[in-house]
Amino acid sequence: MASNPAYETVIGLEVHAQLLTQSKLFCGDSIAYGAAPNTHVSPVTLAHPGTLPKMNKKAVELAIRMGLACHCEIERHNYFARKNYFYPDLPKGYQVSQHTTPICKGGHITIRTEAGGERAVRLNRIHLEEDAGKSLHDVLDTDSCIDLNRAGTPLIEIVTEPDLRSAEEVSAYLTELRKLVRYLGVCDGNMEEGSLRCDVNISVRRQGDARLGTKVEIKNLNSIRNARRAVEAESRRLIELLENGQPVLQQTRSFDAATGTSFATREKEDADDYRYFADPDLTPFALEESFIDSIRASLPELQEQRVQRYMNQWNLPDYDARVITDDKSLADFYEEMVNAGALPKPAANWMLGPVKSWLNENDKEISDFPLSPAALAAVLKMVDTGALSFSAASTRLFTHLLQHPADDAAVAAQQLNLIQQSDADTLAPLIDEVLARYADKVTEYKKGKKGVLALFVGEVMKRSKGKADPRVTNELLLERLKS
Amino acid sequence: MEVTEAMIDKLSHLARLRFTADEKGQIRGDLERMIHFVEKLDELDLNGVEPLIFMTDEVNVLREDEVKGSVSRDEALRNAPAHTDTFFTVPKVIKK
Amino acid sequence: MFSFSSIDQYHSSLQDGTATCLQAVEHYLQRINAQMHLNAFVDIYADEARTRAAALDLQRQSGRPMEVLHGVVIGIKDVIAYNGHKLTAASRILEGFHSIYSATAVERLLEAGAIIIGSLNCDEFAMGSTNENSAYGKVLNALDETRIPGGSSGGSAVAVQAGLCMVSLGSDTGGSVRQPADLCGIIGLKPTYGRISRYGLIAYASSFDQIGIFGSTIADVALTLQVMAGADDFDSTVSTRPVPDYTHGLKEKQDKPLRIAYFPEALDHPSLDPEISQAIHNLLKNLQAEGHQVSPVSFSLLDHIVPAYYVLTTAEASSNLSRYDGVRYGYRTSKEGLDINELYETTRSEAFGTEVKRRIMLGTFVLSAGYYDAYYTRAQKVRKLLFDQTQLIFKEFDHIFLPTTPSTAFRIGEKTTDPIAMYLADIYTVMANLVGIPAISLPLFRHSNGMPFGLQVMSNRFEELSLLRISDLLIDRQLKP
Repeated sequence: MASNPAYETVIGLEVHAQLLTQSKLFCGDSIAYGAAPNTHVSPVTLAHPGTLPKMNKKAVELAIRMGLACHCEIERHNYFARKNYFYPDLPKGYQVSQHTTPICKGGHITIRTEAGGERAVRLNRIHLEEDAGKSLHDVLDTDSCIDLNRAGTPLIEIVTEPDLRSAEEVSAYLTELRKLVRYLGVCDGNMEEGSLRCDVNISVRRQGDARLGTKVEIKNLNSIRNARRAVEAESRRLIELLENGQPVLQQTRSFDAATGTSFATREKEDADDYRYFADPDLTPFALEESFIDSIRASLPELQEQRVQRYMNQWNLPDYDARVITDDKSLADFYEEMVNAGALPKPAANWMLGPVKSWLNENDKEISDFPLSPAALAAVLKMVDTGALSFSAASTRLFTHLLQHPADDAAVAAQQLNLIQQSDADTLAPLIDEVLARYADKVTEYKKGKKGVLALFVGEVMKRSKGKADPRVTNELLLERLKS
Repeated sequence: MEVTEAMIDKLSHLARLRFTADEKGQIRGDLERMIHFVEKLDELDLNGVEPLIFMTDEVNVLREDEVKGSVSRDEALRNAPAHTDTFFTVPKVIKK
Repeated sequence: MFSFSSIDQYHSSLQDGTATCLQAVEHYLQRINAQMHLNAFVDIYADEARTRAAALDLQRQSGRPMEVLHGVVIGIKDVIAYNGHKLTAASRILEGFHSIYSATAVERLLEAGAIIIGSLNCDEFAMGSTNENSAYGKVLNALDETRIPGGSSGGSAVAVQAGLCMVSLGSDTGGSVRQPADLCGIIGLKPTYGRISRYGLIAYASSFDQIGIFGSTIADVALTLQVMAGADDFDSTVSTRPVPDYTHGLKEKQDKPLRIAYFPEALDHPSLDPEISQAIHNLLKNLQAEGHQVSPVSFSLLDHIVPAYYVLTTAEASSNLSRYDGVRYGYRTSKEGLDINELYETTRSEAFGTEVKRRIMLGTFVLSAGYYDAYYTRAQKVRKLLFDQTQLIFKEFDHIFLPTTPSTAFRIGEKTTDPIAMYLADIYTVMANLVGIPAISLPLFRHSNGMPFGLQVMSNRFEELSLLRISDLLIDRQLKP
């Protein structure tokens, strides 16, 4: 981040993650994404008179799972409070949240800095709360439309200490957090769909100043890229204010992705008095050790553990293991390939090479990849046996199968005439031909110029229209040239 | 304690209530008397007493994560004072 | 000629063919119609009740065994949800609202064969002690129509008092079942907090509210409690403790001497009508003479419980009533050109009554920044003191005797100008709600002014059986001169 070295930017992040439960935090409405508006509602969601909440067990488990993975203190005793305010997508007129007694305290998430080292970003807390519904302002002219599908969806809010110092660090933290929640099965980390949302608290101060500057909040950033851009733009704006001797107003701001700047939405002074008090409709929680232990015992394998496993079990280099496991789904795909019979290192090469290229070019996730791990493993097998050259497999066959994923790899390879000739009888006449044609080169070879072997291989390849297995050709030539 | 008009304004905003000038005078008087009434609690020595937060005995009440109990959109909108086929509607809200 | 004295008697007459459920319903509909001026009912489900009664009769005649509350005609306070029926909390803000689900308590009554005959009038959002705060108008005491029936469950009390149904449901947050029962001369029970599910009960103060039962016999009240009580999937705060068989338990003879406590501060309080004080003192003396243990227990917190009650209940209410905002259901102002905040303010101000607004304002105040510790936390501490003190009392005693209310039913309009005077009348009833214990008002006495008054008995949490037994004993004693 291009910055004025006289100043330090101080950033804390609040990330809201929608939990991967089937139902809402306090009632049995589905939380599945993409449903028609107001179809995942019940009297509880609608805050009808007389309705009461009942806590989702899975949501509590996922919150604890996240807390354990982030090395937090799990608060054995906690309860929920009501945060009272009026907004049309907040049906009860209050949000039920653990704001006052979070289920997880402290903890940290480790990020890799650009310089290549590691830094622990301290967490302040992780707590459970319910999401609000959605207000849509662009559907009608004079009215706003309220959709309550999302109202009551379970969220965890992950709050850092103001430990971040740059847009790069913000990006690294969000990337790591996203990876972590996906690895844990806590959240699908899909920022575009809103299952992961980020609020930034940012201030600037002169280098060396111990006091924190006035804090500005930028809400609801919906991509890592926008979070990064917002932090860069805001840091510049705040520094400029300070340079010009102007005051920084404590505000809530929104980021306009189109212009790359933020705008004020609300003066913080205007903030509601939320009048928090313990929700009398829920019971307090006294978490038992056995409950927490069972969650700890069933923590899914995290990235670091996978990297070690790939290195130990399959001898993958650190780099390969790390890049593949950066995305849990990619790593899952890779493992399935290996389990289907592909050799680990070639499979890794394929993941890091042709597969990743395709994903990047088409801007897709591995979940959209047309081939199954088993189908791709079959292709690798043919390369391994020498039936195909890597080049033919990774270009022509690969392209064909991506467009016709139902095709059998072996059959397609045949039809495309890609099968290498590795049969000595087929190749022998071609070799004879070449050696006869280049008799003078043969002499050179026998005199010690080993380099011409490549010429012979190339000529055999040409005569076979590229189908000769170069490895086998090489071997046969060596044999012949011995005599 | 004295209840000022500013206090009434602040509280009524928090509670989304509005009082006419006459009503304000009335509610101010009422609230003052009510607060005076509950100030009787100041007489007690409550040092070392823990607040009673929950009336229920029950602890750790949880439900299984199951999808059930939803109603149809029609039912949901049935009682709505203003709505389309799909949404509840309110006067346009300035974006938060 | 249909006549009703108890559920037991009613079921016998159904069995021996001297009555049918349809006859019962017609009987009550007639009586309701003849007494419309009492204004006990908000909504009467005449056709529905007839249809159900006919079906129940067919069921019985075809030889199917009768359910426990087969054909019992019940009215429910207009704060209890009944699927497909209007639910208004006696407030304009729920004008036109029809509930899309039923309260657990109602579902259990229906499963047990009951007939719900209508919804009963009350103070708006159960806030009040006279039933003069209803958007549907005041309810009259059938024994003297110039007097209040009590509140907030005034309609429910009058319905049983005037023979408009067999049993009725009310709700009790600070005395709203016991006090009207007292003023109307019938039995009114508030169970232990958490004994009956609150799912479907419009919340006033969540840690105080309980559905309560009005009836003319202890057996009827016990049976109705039996049917509704117990664990529920929809209420997190409901107790999972097993429900005793109250009906069976009542039939068992109890010979042990009772250990009864009373508060001298309460019986000799300056606000208490001397006749009421005297009557209870006499009763205690007589019980002692009969061999029961009767002891005075000091209760220094008496004058602090009503302030604590009002801090805590208004705080919870101010939050519970936020959902009434004109967005998803109920009343919305017809004024045009309002922004969202103006919509909230106008809707709520137009449709909430004065008492409700007062309590919302006080509740908002005690929770607000800067005052929370001074008022709300303090009141929670008083609640803790009271809870602990009460537990100590029940270590040595089985029951506490108190008046239910300082006076008999006063005239309509007498107390509407001074809210504080109203609040002070709750002095004897709020204790049970503050500490969550069961309490009952028993119609034992008659005042020289002709109006009834009762005795309030309280027992320890989940000791309804013990409470019902002593109630039975005391009422029986009354019947034998």
